[in-house]
Amino acid sequence: MITKLAWKNTWFKPLNTTLSIILLTASVAIITVLILLQKQFEEKFSSNADGIDLVLGAQGSPLQLILSSVYQVDAPTGNIDYQEAKKWMLNPFVKTAIPLAFGDNYHGFKIVGTTTDYIEKYEAKVVSGKAFEKDFEVVVGSEVAKKLNLKTGDKFFGSHGDAEEGEVHEEHAYHIVGVLSETGKVIDNLILSNIQSVWAMHDSHEHGEAEVHDHDHEGHDHDHDHHHDEVVIREEGKEITAVLLKFRNKMGIVTWPRMIPQNTKMQAASPAIEINRLFTLFGVGLQALQYLAYGIMLISGISIFIALYNTLKERKYEFALLRVNGATRFQLLYLVVIESLILCVLGYLFGTIVGRIALMFISGSAEEEFKMAFNPFEFVWEKEGFLFLLTIFVGVLAAVIPAVKAYKLNISKTLANA
Amino acid sequence: MIATKNITFSYGKGTSFAFPDISCSDGDTILIAGGSGKGKTTLLHLLGGLLRPQAGEILVNNTDIGILSEKKLDHFRGEHIGLVLQQSHFIASLSVLENVELASWLASGKKRTEKAKLLLQHLDLENHIYKLPSQLSIGQQQRVSIARALINEPKVLLADEPTSSLDDENAFKVADLLDNLAKEYRSALVIVTHDSRLKQRFTNQITLS
Repeated sequence: MITKLAWKNTWFKPLNTTLSIILLTASVAIITVLILLQKQFEEKFSSNADGIDLVLGAQGSPLQLILSSVYQVDAPTGNIDYQEAKKWMLNPFVKTAIPLAFGDNYHGFKIVGTTTDYIEKYEAKVVSGKAFEKDFEVVVGSEVAKKLNLKTGDKFFGSHGDAEEGEVHEEHAYHIVGVLSETGKVIDNLILSNIQSVWAMHDSHEHGEAEVHDHDHEGHDHDHDHHHDEVVIREEGKEITAVLLKFRNKMGIVTWPRMIPQNTKMQAASPAIEINRLFTLFGVGLQALQYLAYGIMLISGISIFIALYNTLKERKYEFALLRVNGATRFQLLYLVVIESLILCVLGYLFGTIVGRIALMFISGSAEEEFKMAFNPFEFVWEKEGFLFLLTIFVGVLAAVIPAVKAYKLNISKTLANA
Repeated sequence: MIATKNITFSYGKGTSFAFPDISCSDGDTILIAGGSGKGKTTLLHLLGGLLRPQAGEILVNNTDIGILSEKKLDHFRGEHIGLVLQQSHFIASLSVLENVELASWLASGKKRTEKAKLLLQHLDLENHIYKLPSQLSIGQQQRVSIARALINEPKVLLADEPTSSLDDENAFKVADLLDNLAKEYRSALVIVTHDSRLKQRFTNQITLS
């Protein structure tokens, strides 16, 4: 009954109530989005980098190398000589080495030349058809197949570079021989072929096109040492973009990042270190947002406090009346606290929902731009539970002074002055 | 019934009151008159258990309410004492019916909805039970507060200046109503007033001086 009364009182002042709930909703929504983003972001990043100890690639920013070769989000740092890379790939320290050659794209989805080890590394399975074997045979990731409605047996022409509107390679068509299972990792958004296909595509391409023209169509500027202007024997002059390395002997992880730039034109970057660095950079921004959200929560607490405190003056007769009718002091205290908690619980509920709707939109645009989707229906119980407790705490704190005032109300005096 | 013995009360320095003994049995009415500052409201609050006397006994239904614990007194007040105030206060967010129901719930833990409806009907308010109290006229509000005071069939019905904001016609109506209802529900009715209209109406009077 007291709870029902609190509920009625809450909606008797709809503007005050709405203001408090909106403020709470905003802060809870922001924090919820941050919690989910952070968790899923880190999960995505670490699951994609699983089993990659080092990445071998052209010199430049190590972070860029990791982003481009492991996460497929940035332009590559450049190309490396396949012969040169091979020496390191065959080193006894190395357990597996997966070469990557970035070539063309099809409607914005990258076509990557690699080996079937790449498919195994991401634990993807060929759900229909088979893995690529011959030149120009490709398998497509699950997202690519779904979005572009591709299936085994289809043929398509790639566009040069990583720009969707790049010039189309009409000399050779890619032939889809398989579709991969869904993994939730970057491979879902890739089209994979063998390395020779990438080379072959660009060999024939070179013959027909002027070099300058080609450069104009590059989506990125790190490809200056692309293979077309080199006058060397074909097999030796071939280039790839990066190599994903997994070590048998952990010593290599420590020594190679120093050894390789000293001896070659390449670098070896560790995904773990670079991603850690990236999170530290992100962390500042996330932290700022978090402070903002907690600030809004503080303001909503104050708003609840002011609303309760202000109405106390006009409601003291109500309280005196309740006492006359047999309510105890404690019931008045309870009433005020419950009114505050109603606001907090509603604010939390709306905040959780609004936060997830926001994440749905964020996920939509992130998927378009970075091929990275977030799941808005995941619950991070620990952190969200803490957030709920925090919200309740704010509610109780805001209600303390008004509740104690109601508790201490002198009924005789209140009614005598009426 | 209600009876007092030698009660005194003091608001700290200067203002202290010694009240004459009062006794009012079930169904009877007693009028307490006196000018302002003579302690009328104080006496009413003492009788209603809103204040505690410094000395003396207040027996409501043979219970000395001066020595009850705070919590027991709250409960006792809800159950056995009905209060009608000069100005009617309500829970603004609750309807007329809910206000009356709430009084029954606070006293007994049960919502006596049927009884509340009957009582409001009895007081000519059946068309207004789902309205908010603020939508009623002063006279109607006064009747709602009478209904609220009577819902628990209290042993004592206390009325503080129940007619001061009413015109002659309504004042007599309310006086009759209180008198009749107190008899009907076997409550001792104590009215505190300086309203001369009521002094003519009720013969059993005590004047504070």
